[in-house]
Amino acid sequence: MPDSTAGTLQTPDAPAKQRPGGTLYRGNEGMWSWVLHRITGVAIFFFLLVHILDTSLVRVSPEAYNAVIGTYQTPIMGLGEVALVGAIVFHAFNGLRIILVDFWSWATRHQKLLFWIVVGLWVVTMLGFTPRHLMNVFGH
Amino acid sequence: MSTATLEADAPAPEIEAPKPFTVTFIIRRFDPDTDAEARWQDFDVEMYATDRILDALHKIKWEQDGSLTFRRSCAHGVCGSDAMRINGRNRLACKTLIKDLDITKPIYIEAIKGLPLEKDLIVDMEPFFQSFREVQPFLQSATAPEPGKERVQSVAQRAIFDDTTKCILCAACTSSCPVFWTDGQYFGPAAIVNAHRFIFDSRDDQAKVRLDILNDQEGVWRCRTTFNCTEACPRGIEVTKAIAEVKQAVMRGRA
Ligand code: SF4
Ligand code: FES
Repeated sequence: MPDSTAGTLQTPDAPAKQRPGGTLYRGNEGMWSWVLHRITGVAIFFFLLVHILDTSLVRVSPEAYNAVIGTYQTPIMGLGEVALVGAIVFHAFNGLRIILVDFWSWATRHQKLLFWIVVGLWVVTMLGFTPRHLMNVFGH
Repeated sequence: MSTATLEADAPAPEIEAPKPFTVTFIIRRFDPDTDAEARWQDFDVEMYATDRILDALHKIKWEQDGSLTFRRSCAHGVCGSDAMRINGRNRLACKTLIKDLDITKPIYIEAIKGLPLEKDLIVDMEPFFQSFREVQPFLQSATAPEPGKERVQSVAQRAIFDDTTKCILCAACTSSCPVFWTDGQYFGPAAIVNAHRFIFDSRDDQAKVRLDILNDQEGVWRCRTTFNCTEACPRGIEVTKAIAEVKQAVMRGRA
């Protein structure tokens, strides 16, 4: 291949930052709300899968069901429940936001504001839920 | 009060010429003849605050490395040739001013995402234009206008699709879409914007056909309202809003 370099100011092996892929796209509220919606959606899906399996155990044998449910009564599971409720609450509120964005042109224009409202509602809900729940988990 | 004339021996007030400053650009290069992988290369360029990214690319190409490859034609935001990812966001190089970027850090420039990379900042736009053609972006009227007359359209009728007439087909929107990155079959925002332009045109009679096309699995329902497209569009088109309007037209079965 002919050397098509016109100038000489640039040495060919200039210390270039080696980052093989492209940079991360810097989207704003809309993109990150979508990412969170996906992550929480997949997490909830897997929870439901496990939940249907463990609940159906009761038809196999009530003892097995009790044994499995018993293992859930641990502090670690209690924290997991906080995460689960957090995911569900975000997914629910953001789902409403998406419906508004799709059907109401005011919401399409003000989706960023709506995202922060979703975050606000999420914080309020979690502030109400988490202390009570943790008292139940750790308060025996 | 006496007129404040300049004293003859006072030095003429010098307008201080703006000084250029050095800006570092880190550009993602790829030469299909020699590179197996794209690589990052940095360039230091003397720039003024009022310069554009396109000026920097010109300076690099003309003064430092003639092999740098990019596309541009009008250099004034009209032709849509030079969409690229500047600091992680899709922008037109010819409309992005140095003063609007943080030059204390290097400026990253790379090709738009989701289309096959050909060389340096150039991608193969064919899949993009293929989707554009598929939505039939041209006027199709069932009736001929009165001889010697134009097709009448009121200001209000025209206003409905005014926003989407502004598209310059730069692909900044489509290549900013996370859905398009993972699913190249998705029509993408630009095709939907250009379908919108004719779907809601009162002179056009083929809205139904276009709505059917976009009701496809890879049509409007792929849109997840991430708003990257709206934020990327150099013409300020409310892309996501246009897509939402097409979604609703599909549901109602008419424009
Ligand atoms: S809608 Fe905007 S970003 Fe998309 S191709 Fe047209 S001008 Fe470019
Ligand atoms: S060169 Fe024509 S739009 Fe930038």
